[in-house]
Amino acid sequence: MTGNEILNQFFMANRARLLDIAAFLDRLQRAGASGDYRMESFKACLPILSDQHPDKTRRILELLSDPDPDPIDTSPGKGASGAWPGFTSGS
Amino acid sequence: MDYIEPHAHMVSRTTDDYVTLSLAGCRAVCEPAFWAGFDRSSAHGFHDYFLQLTCHEPRRAAQFGIRHFSWLCINPKESEDTVLAREVLSLIPQFLSASNVLGIGEIGLNKNTRNELEILHLHIELAARHRQLILVHTPHLEDKLKGTRLTIDALREHPDIDPARVIIDHVEEHTVKLVLDAGFWAGMTLYPQSKCSIERAVDILDCHGLERIWMNSACDWGISDPLAVPKAVQHMLARGYTRQQAVKMVWDNPVAFLSQSGRFDIHA
Repeated sequence: MTGNEILNQFFMANRARLLDIAAFLDRLQRAGASGDYRMESFKACLPILSDQHPDKTRRILELLSDPDPDPIDTSPGKGASGAWPGFTSGS
Repeated sequence: MDYIEPHAHMVSRTTDDYVTLSLAGCRAVCEPAFWAGFDRSSAHGFHDYFLQLTCHEPRRAAQFGIRHFSWLCINPKESEDTVLAREVLSLIPQFLSASNVLGIGEIGLNKNTRNELEILHLHIELAARHRQLILVHTPHLEDKLKGTRLTIDALREHPDIDPARVIIDHVEEHTVKLVLDAGFWAGMTLYPQSKCSIERAVDILDCHGLERIWMNSACDWGISDPLAVPKAVQHMLARGYTRQQAVKMVWDNPVAFLSQSGRFDIHA
Protein backbone atom coordinates (compact mmCIF):
# COMPACT_ATOMS: atom_id res chain seq x y z
CA MET A 1 0.00 0.00 0.00
CA THR A 2 1.17 3.55 -0.63
CA GLY A 3 1.43 6.06 2.17
CA ASN A 4 -1.67 7.81 0.89
CA GLU A 5 -3.63 4.56 0.77
CA ILE A 6 -2.60 3.80 4.35
CA LEU A 7 -3.74 7.24 5.46
CA ASN A 8 -7.02 6.97 3.56
CA GLN A 9 -7.81 3.61 5.09
CA PHE A 10 -6.45 3.90 8.63
CA PHE A 11 -6.13 7.57 9.63
CA MET A 12 -9.57 7.94 11.24
CA ALA A 13 -9.25 4.78 13.34
CA ASN A 14 -5.83 5.81 14.60
CA ARG A 15 -6.92 9.40 15.21
CA ALA A 16 -9.53 7.91 17.56
CA ARG A 17 -6.85 5.78 19.28
CA LEU A 18 -4.66 8.85 19.74
CA LEU A 19 -7.52 10.71 21.38
CA ASP A 20 -8.19 7.70 23.64
CA ILE A 21 -4.57 7.83 24.83
CA ALA A 22 -4.84 11.58 25.44
CA ALA A 23 -8.08 11.07 27.37
CA PHE A 24 -6.48 8.27 29.42
CA LEU A 25 -3.61 10.59 30.40
CA ASP A 26 -6.08 13.40 31.23
CA ARG A 27 -8.04 10.98 33.42
CA LEU A 28 -4.90 9.92 35.28
CA GLN A 29 -3.89 13.55 35.78
CA ARG A 30 -7.32 14.50 37.13
CA ALA A 31 -7.06 11.59 39.54
CA GLY A 32 -3.69 12.83 40.73
CA ALA A 33 -1.99 9.53 39.86
CA SER A 34 1.78 9.54 40.04
CA GLY A 35 4.70 7.26 40.66
CA ASP A 36 3.12 3.99 39.57
CA TYR A 37 5.55 1.92 37.48
CA ARG A 38 2.87 1.30 34.81
CA MET A 39 2.26 5.01 34.42
CA GLU A 40 5.98 5.80 34.38
CA SER A 41 6.58 3.09 31.78
CA PHE A 42 3.69 4.34 29.68
CA LYS A 43 4.98 7.90 29.72
CA ALA A 44 8.49 6.70 28.85
CA CYS A 45 7.07 5.10 25.70
CA LEU A 46 5.46 8.28 24.40
CA PRO A 47 8.63 9.92 22.97
CA ILE A 48 9.18 6.81 20.83
CA LEU A 49 5.93 7.59 19.02
CA SER A 50 7.25 10.85 17.67
CA ASP A 51 10.91 10.08 17.07
CA GLN A 52 12.31 9.54 13.58
CA HIS A 53 13.53 5.97 14.07
CA PRO A 54 11.84 2.80 12.74
CA ASP A 55 10.55 -0.21 14.71
CA LYS A 56 8.51 1.84 17.17
CA THR A 57 6.36 -1.13 18.20
CA ARG A 58 9.35 -3.36 18.90
CA ARG A 59 11.09 -0.63 20.90
CA ILE A 60 8.00 0.07 23.00
CA LEU A 61 7.54 -3.64 23.73
CA GLU A 62 11.20 -3.87 24.77
CA LEU A 63 10.83 -0.86 27.04
CA LEU A 64 7.87 -2.55 28.75
CA SER A 65 9.77 -5.84 29.20
CA ASP A 66 11.65 -7.35 32.13
CA PRO A 67 15.32 -6.66 31.26
CA ASP A 68 16.77 -9.27 33.68
CA PRO A 69 17.98 -12.26 31.62
CA ASP A 70 17.96 -14.81 34.44
CA PRO A 71 15.10 -17.04 35.66
CA ILE A 72 13.66 -16.08 39.05
CA ASP A 73 13.58 -18.36 42.09
CA THR A 74 9.86 -18.37 42.85
CA SER A 75 6.75 -17.21 41.07
CA PRO A 76 5.22 -13.99 42.42
CA GLY A 77 1.82 -15.13 41.07
CA LYS A 78 0.39 -16.09 37.72
CA GLY A 79 -0.53 -12.75 36.18
CA ALA A 80 1.31 -10.04 34.25
CA SER A 81 0.62 -6.32 34.39
CA GLY A 82 1.95 -5.18 31.02
CA ALA A 83 4.95 -3.27 32.39
CA TRP A 84 8.01 -4.29 34.35
CA PRO A 85 7.49 -3.53 38.07
CA GLY A 86 11.17 -2.60 38.45
CA PHE A 87 10.86 0.24 35.96
CA THR A 88 11.72 3.77 37.09
CA SER A 89 11.91 6.85 34.92
CA GLY A 90 15.71 6.56 35.08
CA SER A 91 15.74 2.91 33.91
CA MET B 1 -12.26 -19.26 2.37
CA ASP B 2 -11.47 -22.61 4.02
CA TYR B 3 -9.01 -22.21 6.87
CA ILE B 4 -7.41 -24.00 9.80
CA GLU B 5 -7.58 -22.65 13.34
CA PRO B 6 -4.22 -23.86 14.68
CA HIS B 7 -4.75 -22.81 18.31
CA ALA B 8 -8.15 -22.72 20.01
CA HIS B 9 -9.34 -23.85 23.44
CA MET B 10 -12.68 -25.22 22.36
CA VAL B 11 -13.49 -26.87 25.70
CA SER B 12 -14.11 -23.30 26.88
CA ARG B 13 -16.31 -22.33 23.94
CA THR B 14 -19.98 -22.88 23.17
CA THR B 15 -21.59 -24.90 20.43
CA ASP B 16 -22.63 -21.54 18.92
CA ASP B 17 -18.91 -20.87 18.41
CA TYR B 18 -18.54 -24.15 16.55
CA VAL B 19 -21.45 -23.15 14.29
CA THR B 20 -19.85 -19.75 13.65
CA LEU B 21 -16.44 -21.27 12.93
CA SER B 22 -17.94 -23.77 10.52
CA LEU B 23 -19.90 -21.07 8.67
CA ALA B 24 -16.71 -18.98 8.40
CA GLY B 25 -14.88 -21.84 6.66
CA CYS B 26 -13.00 -23.44 9.53
CA ARG B 27 -12.22 -27.06 8.66
CA ALA B 28 -9.96 -28.01 11.58
CA VAL B 29 -9.21 -26.76 15.08
CA CYS B 30 -6.08 -27.64 17.05
CA GLU B 31 -6.42 -27.49 20.82
CA PRO B 32 -3.36 -27.30 23.07
CA ALA B 33 -3.69 -28.32 26.71
CA PHE B 34 -3.79 -25.18 28.85
CA TRP B 35 -4.68 -23.57 32.15
CA ALA B 36 -8.39 -23.84 32.95
CA GLY B 37 -8.41 -20.45 34.69
CA PHE B 38 -7.94 -22.19 38.03
CA ASP B 39 -5.41 -24.67 39.40
CA ARG B 40 -6.44 -28.31 39.28
CA SER B 41 -6.19 -30.00 42.65
CA SER B 42 -4.54 -33.22 41.48
CA ALA B 43 -3.23 -35.15 38.50
CA HIS B 44 -6.64 -36.83 38.23
CA GLY B 45 -8.02 -33.54 36.91
CA PHE B 46 -5.47 -33.63 34.11
CA HIS B 47 -6.27 -37.27 33.32
CA ASP B 48 -9.90 -36.32 32.79
CA TYR B 49 -8.88 -33.23 30.80
CA PHE B 50 -6.71 -35.35 28.47
CA LEU B 51 -9.70 -37.68 27.94
CA GLN B 52 -11.80 -34.64 27.09
CA LEU B 53 -9.19 -33.45 24.56
CA THR B 54 -8.69 -36.83 22.91
CA CYS B 55 -12.18 -38.37 23.04
CA HIS B 56 -15.01 -35.98 23.79
CA GLU B 57 -14.05 -32.73 22.05
CA PRO B 58 -13.33 -34.41 18.66
CA ARG B 59 -16.87 -35.82 18.73
CA ARG B 60 -18.32 -32.41 19.58
CA ALA B 61 -16.39 -30.72 16.75
CA ALA B 62 -17.39 -33.42 14.26
CA GLN B 63 -21.06 -32.48 14.70
CA PHE B 64 -20.21 -29.21 12.95
CA GLY B 65 -18.03 -30.67 10.20
CA ILE B 66 -14.81 -29.61 11.91
CA ARG B 67 -11.85 -31.92 12.55
CA HIS B 68 -10.42 -31.59 16.06
CA PHE B 69 -6.78 -32.17 17.01
CA SER B 70 -5.05 -31.75 20.35
CA TRP B 71 -1.71 -31.20 22.06
CA LEU B 72 -0.91 -32.54 25.54
CA CYS B 73 1.12 -31.20 28.48
CA ILE B 74 0.87 -29.54 31.85
CA ASN B 75 0.71 -25.85 31.09
CA PRO B 76 3.33 -23.41 32.44
CA LYS B 77 0.91 -21.76 34.87
CA GLU B 78 0.62 -25.02 36.79
CA SER B 79 4.24 -26.09 36.34
CA GLU B 80 5.49 -24.19 39.37
CA ASP B 81 4.39 -27.18 41.47
CA THR B 82 7.01 -29.61 40.20
CA VAL B 83 5.63 -32.59 42.13
CA LEU B 84 2.23 -32.21 40.45
CA ALA B 85 3.89 -31.46 37.11
CA ARG B 86 5.99 -34.64 37.21
CA GLU B 87 2.91 -36.69 38.05
CA VAL B 88 1.01 -35.19 35.11
CA LEU B 89 3.97 -35.73 32.79
CA SER B 90 3.89 -39.43 33.68
CA LEU B 91 0.27 -39.61 32.44
CA ILE B 92 0.95 -38.18 28.99
CA PRO B 93 2.56 -41.18 27.19
CA GLN B 94 -0.60 -43.28 27.50
CA PHE B 95 -2.49 -40.61 25.51
CA LEU B 96 0.08 -40.08 22.76
CA SER B 97 -1.34 -42.91 20.66
CA ALA B 98 -4.74 -41.19 20.39
CA SER B 99 -5.46 -40.48 16.74
CA ASN B 100 -5.95 -36.72 17.17
CA VAL B 101 -2.80 -35.94 19.18
CA LEU B 102 -0.34 -33.72 17.30
CA GLY B 103 2.38 -33.41 19.92
CA ILE B 104 3.44 -31.84 23.21
CA GLY B 105 2.02 -28.40 23.96
CA GLU B 106 1.47 -25.71 24.87
CA ILE B 107 4.56 -25.94 27.02
CA GLY B 108 6.87 -23.13 28.06
CA LEU B 109 7.20 -20.50 30.75
CA ASN B 110 4.82 -18.16 32.54
CA LYS B 111 6.77 -16.08 35.10
CA ASN B 112 10.17 -17.40 33.99
CA THR B 113 10.93 -19.32 37.19
CA ARG B 114 13.49 -22.05 37.77
CA ASN B 115 10.70 -24.59 38.44
CA GLU B 116 8.92 -23.72 35.19
CA LEU B 117 12.21 -24.11 33.36
CA GLU B 118 12.81 -27.52 34.95
CA ILE B 119 9.41 -28.75 33.78
CA LEU B 120 9.95 -27.24 30.33
CA HIS B 121 13.10 -29.35 29.97
CA LEU B 122 11.18 -32.47 31.01
CA HIS B 123 8.53 -31.76 28.37
CA ILE B 124 11.20 -31.28 25.70
CA GLU B 125 12.79 -34.59 26.71
CA LEU B 126 9.37 -36.28 26.54
CA ALA B 127 8.78 -34.90 23.05
CA ALA B 128 12.22 -36.03 21.90
CA ARG B 129 11.76 -39.50 23.38
CA HIS B 130 8.43 -39.99 21.60
CA ARG B 131 9.34 -38.03 18.44
CA GLN B 132 6.53 -35.54 18.98
CA LEU B 133 6.08 -32.05 17.57
CA ILE B 134 6.31 -29.22 20.11
CA LEU B 135 4.04 -26.20 20.56
CA VAL B 136 5.51 -23.53 22.84
CA HIS B 137 3.55 -20.91 24.77
CA THR B 138 5.57 -17.77 25.42
CA PRO B 139 4.81 -15.67 28.51
CA HIS B 140 2.52 -12.70 28.65
CA LEU B 141 3.36 -9.01 28.35
CA GLU B 142 6.45 -7.89 30.31
CA ASP B 143 7.61 -11.51 30.72
CA LYS B 144 7.50 -12.43 27.02
CA LEU B 145 10.90 -11.24 25.78
CA LYS B 146 12.85 -12.83 28.62
CA GLY B 147 10.73 -16.01 28.46
CA THR B 148 11.21 -16.35 24.72
CA ARG B 149 14.98 -16.07 25.09
CA LEU B 150 15.04 -18.61 27.94
CA THR B 151 12.83 -20.99 25.93
CA ILE B 152 15.02 -20.82 22.84
CA ASP B 153 18.09 -21.46 25.02
CA ALA B 154 16.34 -24.44 26.62
CA LEU B 155 15.38 -25.95 23.25
CA ARG B 156 18.95 -25.52 22.00
CA GLU B 157 20.20 -27.58 24.93
CA HIS B 158 18.48 -30.58 23.34
CA PRO B 159 20.39 -31.40 20.14
CA ASP B 160 17.84 -34.05 19.15
CA ILE B 161 15.13 -31.38 18.78
CA ASP B 162 14.77 -30.16 15.20
CA PRO B 163 13.67 -26.48 15.21
CA ALA B 164 11.57 -27.16 12.12
CA ARG B 165 9.37 -29.40 14.32
CA VAL B 166 8.80 -26.70 16.96
CA ILE B 167 6.40 -23.76 16.79
CA ILE B 168 6.89 -20.92 19.24
CA ASP B 169 3.57 -19.19 19.72
CA HIS B 170 2.35 -15.74 20.75
CA VAL B 171 5.24 -13.93 19.05
CA GLU B 172 5.13 -10.14 18.77
CA GLU B 173 7.37 -7.53 17.18
CA HIS B 174 10.11 -7.95 19.81
CA THR B 175 10.27 -11.76 19.63
CA VAL B 176 9.38 -12.82 16.09
CA LYS B 177 12.88 -12.31 14.68
CA LEU B 178 14.50 -14.25 17.54
CA VAL B 179 12.22 -17.19 16.78
CA LEU B 180 12.49 -17.21 13.00
CA ASP B 181 16.26 -16.60 12.96
CA ALA B 182 16.71 -19.64 15.22
CA GLY B 183 14.90 -21.82 12.65
CA PHE B 184 11.66 -22.34 14.57
CA TRP B 185 8.13 -21.76 13.32
CA ALA B 186 6.35 -18.73 14.77
CA GLY B 187 2.70 -18.34 15.78
CA MET B 188 0.91 -15.00 16.09
CA THR B 189 -2.05 -14.89 18.45
CA LEU B 190 -4.73 -12.38 17.54
CA TYR B 191 -6.15 -10.91 20.75
CA PRO B 192 -8.18 -7.75 21.29
CA GLN B 193 -5.79 -6.37 23.95
CA SER B 194 -2.76 -8.47 24.77
CA LYS B 195 -0.57 -10.23 22.18
CA CYS B 196 -1.15 -9.12 18.53
CA SER B 197 -3.93 -7.11 17.00
CA ILE B 198 -4.89 -8.15 13.47
CA GLU B 199 -3.31 -4.99 12.06
CA ARG B 200 -0.02 -5.61 13.87
CA ALA B 201 0.02 -9.25 12.80
CA VAL B 202 -0.22 -8.19 9.17
CA ASP B 203 2.51 -5.62 9.81
CA ILE B 204 4.69 -8.50 11.01
CA LEU B 205 3.97 -10.32 7.75
CA ASP B 206 4.95 -7.15 5.85
CA CYS B 207 8.30 -7.10 7.66
CA HIS B 208 9.11 -10.81 8.05
CA GLY B 209 7.32 -12.55 5.17
CA LEU B 210 5.02 -15.55 5.03
CA GLU B 211 7.45 -18.41 5.66
CA ARG B 212 7.30 -20.57 8.83
CA ILE B 213 4.55 -18.47 10.42
CA TRP B 214 0.84 -18.82 11.18
CA MET B 215 -1.98 -16.91 12.85
CA ASN B 216 -4.42 -18.17 15.48
CA SER B 217 -7.22 -16.88 17.68
CA ALA B 218 -6.27 -18.86 20.83
CA CYS B 219 -9.90 -18.33 21.80
CA ASP B 220 -10.53 -19.53 25.35
CA TRP B 221 -12.47 -18.61 28.49
CA GLY B 222 -11.13 -15.02 28.43
CA ILE B 223 -11.69 -12.07 26.13
CA SER B 224 -10.88 -13.50 22.71
CA ASP B 225 -12.43 -13.75 19.27
CA PRO B 226 -12.93 -17.18 17.68
CA LEU B 227 -13.29 -15.46 14.29
CA ALA B 228 -9.96 -13.62 14.52
CA VAL B 229 -8.32 -15.71 11.78
CA PRO B 230 -10.94 -15.11 9.05
CA LYS B 231 -11.02 -11.45 10.08
CA ALA B 232 -7.25 -11.35 9.60
CA VAL B 233 -7.73 -12.81 6.13
CA GLN B 234 -10.12 -9.96 5.32
CA HIS B 235 -7.54 -7.50 6.58
CA MET B 236 -4.74 -9.12 4.55
CA LEU B 237 -6.85 -8.77 1.40
CA ALA B 238 -7.68 -5.14 2.25
CA ARG B 239 -3.97 -4.47 2.63
CA GLY B 240 -3.24 -5.78 -0.86
CA TYR B 241 -2.25 -9.39 -0.20
CA THR B 242 -3.52 -11.87 -2.78
CA ARG B 243 -5.97 -14.68 -2.04
CA GLN B 244 -3.11 -17.12 -2.73
CA GLN B 245 -1.02 -15.45 -0.02
CA ALA B 246 -3.95 -15.56 2.41
CA VAL B 247 -4.47 -19.25 1.67
CA LYS B 248 -0.79 -19.88 2.36
CA MET B 249 -1.16 -18.17 5.72
CA VAL B 250 -4.29 -19.90 6.99
CA TRP B 251 -4.14 -23.25 5.22
CA ASP B 252 -0.84 -24.16 3.53
CA ASN B 253 1.43 -23.14 6.41
CA PRO B 254 -0.55 -24.91 9.17
CA VAL B 255 -0.81 -28.02 6.97
CA ALA B 256 2.95 -27.95 6.28
CA PHE B 257 3.89 -27.76 9.94
CA LEU B 258 1.20 -30.00 11.42
CA SER B 259 1.57 -32.74 8.78
CA GLN B 260 4.97 -33.49 10.28
CA SER B 261 3.05 -35.15 13.12
CA GLY B 262 1.80 -37.90 10.79
CA ARG B 263 -1.65 -37.38 12.31
CA PHE B 264 -2.92 -34.24 10.65
CA ASP B 265 -5.31 -35.71 8.09
CA ILE B 266 -8.01 -33.09 7.69
CA HIS B 267 -9.90 -35.17 5.13
CA ALA B 268 -10.39 -38.23 7.32
